[in-house]
Amino acid sequence: MYEPKIIGFLCNWCSYAAADLAGTSRIQYPSNMRAIRVMCSSRIDPEHVLRAFVNGADGVLIAGCHPGDCHYISGNYKTERKYVLMRKMLEQFGIDPRRLRLEWCSSAEGGKFAQVVTEMTEELRTLGPIQLGAGD
Amino acid sequence: MVGSVMVVGGGIAGMQASLDLADSGFRVYLVDKAPTIGGVMAQLDKTFPTLDCSMCIMAPKLVATGRHHNIHLLTNADIINVEGNPGNFTVTVKMNPRFVNAEKCTGCGLCAQYCPVEAVNEYDERLTLRRGIYVDYPQAVPLVYAIDREKCIGCGLCENICQAEAIEYDQTPSEEKVNVGAIILAAGFDEFEPDTKKEYGYGRFKNVVTATEFERILSASGPFAGHVVRPSDGEIPKRIAFLQCVGSRDEKSNKYCSAVCCMYATKEAIIAKEHNPDLEATIFFMDMRTYGKGFEQFYQRAQSEYGLSYIRSRVPCIEENPETQNLLLTYETEDGTITKAEFDMVVLSVGLEPPKSSQELSTVFGVPLNDYGFLDWKIFEPLKAKEGIYACGAFSGPKDIPDTVAQASGAAAMASGVISGERGTLVEEKVYPQEIDVAEQQPRIGVFVCWCGINIGGIVNVPEVMEYASTLPNVVFVDQNLYTCSQDTQEKIKQAVEEHNLNRVVVASCTPRTHEPLFQSTIREAGLNPYLFEMTNIRDQCSWVHMHTPEEATEKAKDLVRMAVAKSNLLEPLKSSSVEVTQSGLVIGGGIAGMTAALGLAQQGFTVHLVEKEDHLGGLLRSIRFTMSGEDPQEYLATLEQSLRDHPNVHIHTGTTVERIDGYVGNFTTALSSGEEIRHGICVVAVGGQEHKPASYLYGKDERVVTQLEFEDMLSKGVKAKTVVMINCVESRDDTKEYCSRVCCSEAVKNALKLKEKNPDTNVYILYRDMRTYAFREQYYDRARENGIVFMRYDPETKPRLEKKGESLVLYAHDAALDLDFELHPDLVVLSTGVSPYDNSALSQMLKVPLDRDGFFLEAHMKLRPVDFATDGVFMAGLAHSPKFIDETISQAYGAVARACTIISKERIETEPIIAEVDEELCCGCQVCIPMCPYNARELDEEENIVKVNEVLCKGCGSCVAACPSGAAQQRHFRDNQLSSMIEAFVRR
Ligand code: FES
Repeated sequence: MYEPKIIGFLCNWCSYAAADLAGTSRIQYPSNMRAIRVMCSSRIDPEHVLRAFVNGADGVLIAGCHPGDCHYISGNYKTERKYVLMRKMLEQFGIDPRRLRLEWCSSAEGGKFAQVVTEMTEELRTLGPIQLGAGD
Repeated sequence: MVGSVMVVGGGIAGMQASLDLADSGFRVYLVDKAPTIGGVMAQLDKTFPTLDCSMCIMAPKLVATGRHHNIHLLTNADIINVEGNPGNFTVTVKMNPRFVNAEKCTGCGLCAQYCPVEAVNEYDERLTLRRGIYVDYPQAVPLVYAIDREKCIGCGLCENICQAEAIEYDQTPSEEKVNVGAIILAAGFDEFEPDTKKEYGYGRFKNVVTATEFERILSASGPFAGHVVRPSDGEIPKRIAFLQCVGSRDEKSNKYCSAVCCMYATKEAIIAKEHNPDLEATIFFMDMRTYGKGFEQFYQRAQSEYGLSYIRSRVPCIEENPETQNLLLTYETEDGTITKAEFDMVVLSVGLEPPKSSQELSTVFGVPLNDYGFLDWKIFEPLKAKEGIYACGAFSGPKDIPDTVAQASGAAAMASGVISGERGTLVEEKVYPQEIDVAEQQPRIGVFVCWCGINIGGIVNVPEVMEYASTLPNVVFVDQNLYTCSQDTQEKIKQAVEEHNLNRVVVASCTPRTHEPLFQSTIREAGLNPYLFEMTNIRDQCSWVHMHTPEEATEKAKDLVRMAVAKSNLLEPLKSSSVEVTQSGLVIGGGIAGMTAALGLAQQGFTVHLVEKEDHLGGLLRSIRFTMSGEDPQEYLATLEQSLRDHPNVHIHTGTTVERIDGYVGNFTTALSSGEEIRHGICVVAVGGQEHKPASYLYGKDERVVTQLEFEDMLSKGVKAKTVVMINCVESRDDTKEYCSRVCCSEAVKNALKLKEKNPDTNVYILYRDMRTYAFREQYYDRARENGIVFMRYDPETKPRLEKKGESLVLYAHDAALDLDFELHPDLVVLSTGVSPYDNSALSQMLKVPLDRDGFFLEAHMKLRPVDFATDGVFMAGLAHSPKFIDETISQAYGAVARACTIISKERIETEPIIAEVDEELCCGCQVCIPMCPYNARELDEEENIVKVNEVLCKGCGSCVAACPSGAAQQRHFRDNQLSSMIEAFVRR
């Protein structure tokens, strides 16, 4: 069976902590995502997302702190603005924008984190492997 | 004198005080009764009024406290004796056994999985069960398990399973003597137990819960994983009632007001509503006391945006429908109407009581308690329990988190003030060997894969991962460890670095959030720069979450190791640079806040410049004639001024303003209007506020209409009037000023009582909207009613009207409680008009710090950084921040002192190593990055037309880097090529 590859950019302070909490709470989710820890979600620039897809990732998750909770005051608002832009950009490149997801997870939301990864994996399974330039 | 401090209580207050002390050169012993620190805040879901996730904002403090090399945690401990004097106490601490060796326990939690014993989980407010061997919560500090010996059956399973051999059934209590110069009591509070209030059915009716229980129910990490369901049947409640003042403002339990319940109930109702938008949430209350910064706006939004209903009534009584287990409330509104309403669930807003240990603490430390059992304090010395012993947080009275944190810093300043001469004498700096220069070397990577007992190794095939790692580029050494974090493994890692000339180390184990610093320190001991370390998480984010698919977990672990190795190849040593600190302070504003801060800094041994625009010191305090508790403010002011004038470290600049401020933390230069130029390392903004001058109620048109401060002055000289009417909330909580000014209700009560004391025959009326005499101020409200002062409530829709008929004043009022119109003929009308900020715009621009919507200065974080600005090195205190009482201002001013000392106590400050940088060759000067930085750390160098990073101000979030179109901006340790290498290592195989 086809298994999507997902890159997850997680901010150090909330979403990475949420992923840790999913672990300490032993909440099970599919193993398709590999996390890359960054200090703040605002570090992610469109190029990283594009690079992931171009190299063969089937999905990219960006997760940060809830609005207002960013450890660096306002980073996640910037991420949100960029996210809108990135989705547009993906469309232009012929990549289904559903392959990119932005989520807020607080460090108490282990369950939510697991759910996000589960949902995303399922959605990507139905979308099938990424095919660059083939209308994806 | 001894350069160390004991802090008793490890909640948010204790942690803050400890961190401030440890960061300014003192050794700290932090003692907690419980096996872990964190206190009540660790149980909260979110915090008001910003709805921040409580654990998210607290966890960094927990970790910092646990890791600080100058903070020694003594958990599971009781204080049994104190001897000695200020500057030199000897405290005997009884260390209760936890039956787990704290040195050996890695916190992996395997024992709890095997433990067959179930016990009530206190952390989850008894709504769930935990094991006989346990930690309260996953983020706990120290992360060391404890055996509940009352429940333990001694089966030995944990001992067998624990591969770290940490279980020690035979531990016995021990005693430790600790020598400290000062003591801070931060014992917190306990909750009112509603069992005694039979009418609420708590304990009998399953769907009646306390607010803390409800807090756990709301929490994603709580008993129902964040699903808001009721305990009896797990159904989603559609109607929830919140009952205010349970165990507060009550003759039969606690007479005082608990100060936080109106806000927490509103918060909980809002969160519940966010979980279920169809929820009907009703709050039954007497007075809505939303008096703090941003609170009134929160209350307004709760109604307008979230549609919460607020019903002013006596606390209802509750019956249960035995079939549905719904709850029938009977309540009486102000006009005497009795109504019945049905709810699915009831939340009791239980009050705050003194901690159960308060009597014991009072005896051991010889400190006084007040009538309610909280610590006793004086208005001008709010942080002092007695000489050398200080107190902060809810132990000295119910208060919210920001007030608690400000007090905690304040108590740290008081404590260190006593022993400031001993700064730096007991702190330890770790010495590391000379760093090996790896610049010219080819990467030689060592990979260590952890079994974590069987936590990882039971699922992930560790030998296979290890084998795989050895095939990766530049990996020259691999090893597996039972516990990579154990002490002996650190030695093994060091040896490996030496024997195999490793210049990069990768550990695949648990989470870097807790363990990275340990491994970084290990490789530093082996002579490597700590940033040549990379960690990947194959436990929390792999073996624990893919327990049923071991093969997939192993594949994932291999990928993660490959990604970490890829990044490791590109790692480079990072250094923090350091800049010299001008070890002196500037305080702007010479009112009580500024004077207190200046004296505090001077007592810490630093030169301080106090700048005041008026020709005299004192600010608004000059207009205060009385206090509620009977002290003389003017006498206090005179003494304070004298101490300042006598202190050799203090330079007073009256009749002077600040013209320009340049520089940044550690190195400011300020030009004064006098032409003088001052160099200073920190700045305290204490510019104060003013009494609002109203445009309504004939103020300024008839001299019988005065403000509270004007009235206070009249009172001190003698007032002749038969009828005095006070009107509260004049031009407050409305379109003129949205916020509540916090102090006016109590000021009105104070002045009314004073008037009655002087002229018992005068008729005094107070027209109010909500009486906000929070915390212990409630007793004066009670006294005012006993003394015949008439309180009449009005609604904002039917405000009182004042007219002049002939020569007399006529006041038309509508009593909202009785729904009746009244006519009064006052000789004097006193308006409670609240506090307004000065025009702070110029100063805010000079310092590049923000103002809030109301024009007060905006702190870095509403909850946990109440005296800091987001800009390092700038602090605030007093009315410049928001309206507050004298004692609160003093606490906050000392808070600013402690925060400032964390900077100016050092000769040099180190910059963060992981920060942004600019490649000058690539930068085109487009300046897109500048507004991205929330810390003003980026600036255009106009001469060279390139942007430069101020390394002291940069916090290393990387948002500027993501914005840079040319790739000139990079974030150290998270460079584009480093991130790309990880991306490619995963997807491209
Ligand atoms: S730190 Fe989490 S989004 Fe900024």
